[in-house]
Amino acid sequence: MNELEDKLYTVKYTPDNVSHLQPVQECCKICKSKICSVICPAGVYEWDEDKQKLIVNYENCLECGACRIACESSSIGWEYPKGTKGVTFKQG
Amino acid sequence: MENQENKTEVIVVGGGPAGIACAITIARAGKQVILIERGKFSGSKNVFGGAIYTKPTREIFPEFEKSAPLERKNIEHKFALLGQDDATVISYKKKNEIPESYTVIRGKFDRWMAEEAKKEGVIIVEETVVRELIVSDGFVKGVRTELEDYYANIVVLADGVNSLLAKQIGFRGKLSPEDVALSVKEVIKLPPQTINDRFHVNDDEGCIYEIFGGPMLGMLGLGFMYTNKNSVSIGLGVTLSELVEKGLKPYALLDKLKQHPEIAPLIKDGELLEYSAHLIPEGGYKKIPLLFGAGVMVVGDAAMLVNNLHWEGTNLAMISGKIAGETAVIALGKQDFSENALSHYQEELENSFIIQDLRTYKDLMGGVGERAEEFLGYYPKKINAFFEMFTTVDSVPKRQKYRKFIKSIFTDRKITELFKDALTALKLLWSIIIK
Repeated sequence: MNELEDKLYTVKYTPDNVSHLQPVQECCKICKSKICSVICPAGVYEWDEDKQKLIVNYENCLECGACRIACESSSIGWEYPKGTKGVTFKQG
Repeated sequence: MENQENKTEVIVVGGGPAGIACAITIARAGKQVILIERGKFSGSKNVFGGAIYTKPTREIFPEFEKSAPLERKNIEHKFALLGQDDATVISYKKKNEIPESYTVIRGKFDRWMAEEAKKEGVIIVEETVVRELIVSDGFVKGVRTELEDYYANIVVLADGVNSLLAKQIGFRGKLSPEDVALSVKEVIKLPPQTINDRFHVNDDEGCIYEIFGGPMLGMLGLGFMYTNKNSVSIGLGVTLSELVEKGLKPYALLDKLKQHPEIAPLIKDGELLEYSAHLIPEGGYKKIPLLFGAGVMVVGDAAMLVNNLHWEGTNLAMISGKIAGETAVIALGKQDFSENALSHYQEELENSFIIQDLRTYKDLMGGVGERAEEFLGYYPKKINAFFEMFTTVDSVPKRQKYRKFIKSIFTDRKITELFKDALTALKLLWSIIIK
């Protein structure tokens, strides 16, 4: 396990079966920085070079909203997970 | 459609400090109020550094110290200026009769606040996300959740830094990466006695670290440490634009901070209890959105009410919530929910420390941000270099050392740059004290 995985292992999640994060893949394809994959504190975004697709590990999302603001083309469809889903911080 | 069953007097969206303070103020005046929280419980989606402030909290909960889940009362404030591998630390310690602040865990404390609000008549609906506001005839009339619509005379937006609802009704524009800091935090379990020993405090006493530099040298970012009963919270917040421009991972910076020789011994052998992340509003006065409109008010982080220089947020949240609650009660008394009636909220905010403080620091983040390399990089390093020089015993005559140190300031950087630094510093000082 890498260090981020160790950190995320301590977080309680109730994952939904659909993603609350919906990047516009056409924008991701031409995006140079892929900055979401750098700044996300949970490593939610990974660029798959072979498939030319942004992988979204939405179940790890900490719901901070940084990707929504950092995305250079503002093309991440971002909403809160359903009321019963997502992260539950116990030590916030 | 609107009917008797799904109509109330006030709906508050968001069960954090701002929303709860607002709702409880309304309930205490005998009015109907529903508070909608998206998490499993209040505090379950919230993260902060670590301390709530005693006096503002007493304004909402006069006797909170008797029953609230508090961790430690803070008696010491340390300002640590970290170099690459050295540190200068200034500390202010005083045991006040009334502690200035207490560390709390939001998952416990916000939950306690919500329970208190329930006791006073606030109806709390948890695990429910408000997806949009219902607007008609220019008035905000209610909220649309995943399941149903609720109507109210007034809707208060306490939905936090991302406030999608304030955005929906055009109260705030698009946030840019300069307007927020991304904060990551780890809560590290340690035995209470170990915490007491390492931070030089007694049981129930706590110590706050404000951390400059280290892995954030030259960046608009700060670190923090707070002591809880059985754990230490350590984290940092860096302006999102810095992370974007420099291509940095926030948790990698935190890992480096944890390894700094000043910090590492304090958390040694601790067990990670929880990792978390959250945004902090950084825009200050200039980024305050529209605060009120027909049938709606915006409070707390949703209104970007954070004084980042003084690490104040929950107090601004609570007091803005209280003022919005008082405004709602007056409006309900007159049955006038127009923009004009709710403008009372902004007037009172302007009269309070909240807007006054934010106005005082309106130029600060911009000014420091422009010269972050200097103010948060070069000069902190130089301060550490001064103390290194001052404490080194090596048979070199002192006058020679002083001269060398002073000379270095003029050779490290161009005279014109030094002049610009001084000018910016003076301008900022002027804007804070006088303008």
